[in-house]
Amino acid sequence: MSHTLPSLPYAYDALEPHLDARTMEIHHSKHHQTYVNGLNTALSDYPDLQALPVEKLLEDMNAIPEAIRGAIRNHGGGHANHSLFWLVMSPEGGGEPTGALGDAITATFGSFAQLKEKFNAAATTRFGSGWAWLAVDKQGQLVVTSTANQDSVISDGLTPILGLDVWEHAYYLHYQNRRPDYIQAFWNVINWNEVSQRFAATR
Amino acid sequence: MSFELPALPYAMDALEPHISKETLEYHYGKHHQTYVTNLNNLVAGTDNENKSLEEIVRSSSGGLFNNAAQVWNHTFYWNCLAPNAGGEPTGALADAINAKFGSFAAFKEEFTKTAIGTFGSGWAWLVKTAAGELELRSTSNAGTPLTEDGVTPLLTCDVWEHAYYVDTRNARPKYVENFWALVNWDFVAANFAA
Repeated sequence: MSHTLPSLPYAYDALEPHLDARTMEIHHSKHHQTYVNGLNTALSDYPDLQALPVEKLLEDMNAIPEAIRGAIRNHGGGHANHSLFWLVMSPEGGGEPTGALGDAITATFGSFAQLKEKFNAAATTRFGSGWAWLAVDKQGQLVVTSTANQDSVISDGLTPILGLDVWEHAYYLHYQNRRPDYIQAFWNVINWNEVSQRFAATR
Repeated sequence: MSFELPALPYAMDALEPHISKETLEYHYGKHHQTYVTNLNNLVAGTDNENKSLEEIVRSSSGGLFNNAAQVWNHTFYWNCLAPNAGGEPTGALADAINAKFGSFAAFKEEFTKTAIGTFGSGWAWLVKTAAGELELRSTSNAGTPLTEDGVTPLLTCDVWEHAYYVDTRNARPKYVENFWALVNWDFVAANFAA
């Protein structure tokens, strides 16, 4: 079984004006596709591993043969991270989460505004390429963190429920060097239904 | 004393068509400038205020290192490029390249591989070791061979996406190919001779 590029659940221009169509198209059809290809190439001599979902591969990096560990980390991580990223955004997104997730955010961070502040700081200060995350730890607690390059929080024992790509390719055509503007715009497209479902799945 | 953004050694449009004016306006005018501004904010009122840029790069970590090293790396990068440049080195540098890599073509291939294979943001380098030998380096983010004892940086290629995204999008190999048409071998040779 080989990994394939998932199709986007909305059109390339659906997240305009926050994320422009040109960026979405290159990001999905070129960057994400490259990670899928890199992952399949890395797995080509390992039929046993081909059968596993990419999240399973990332769960225990030490179990991955050393010869392909770096490639799984980069390309497997890239595939998993982007697959989540597309789904946690929606043209009908934005606003604030309600229900169990809303309650957990208030309990953990004090308020939605404080989560936002913490997440924005993680996304802004991640130097170089990487991701900002809202994730759930093994004790069921919400945590905000960031990872370098395509490192997955799954490899750190966390379950990601919201991720923001802060590689320059995610925003350069529209925002150039202004990463903070891109981060602000992201809040307008967050699909809280999807994030809530992912949170519920960890309970 | 505060650090200043050094003047670009050529006009913003001088590297066209290989690197666009638009790229340089952002890369030099925004990114490089931001590192300089951040560095000045970080050293203000501290012991680092009177240190040289190289001293700070060699002695710092975290945000201070990131900004100081990026100021140094970018200044070095601009000097590695020039309009009407490219081609091949001659003299002692060419001899050293042939001795180490077999030929200029083989060196070019290895350096290109290093640049393309640097995952995420970073830099590809040709350096001279304390023993006088040429070697390649790949550094992540702000990483720089300047912090290695006895190692002299000779040539660098910036492979942060901001260096090429406006011009070649996701096609980093295309950018690296363009880079060869701009390499200022006089600068590289002077670094080698130093």
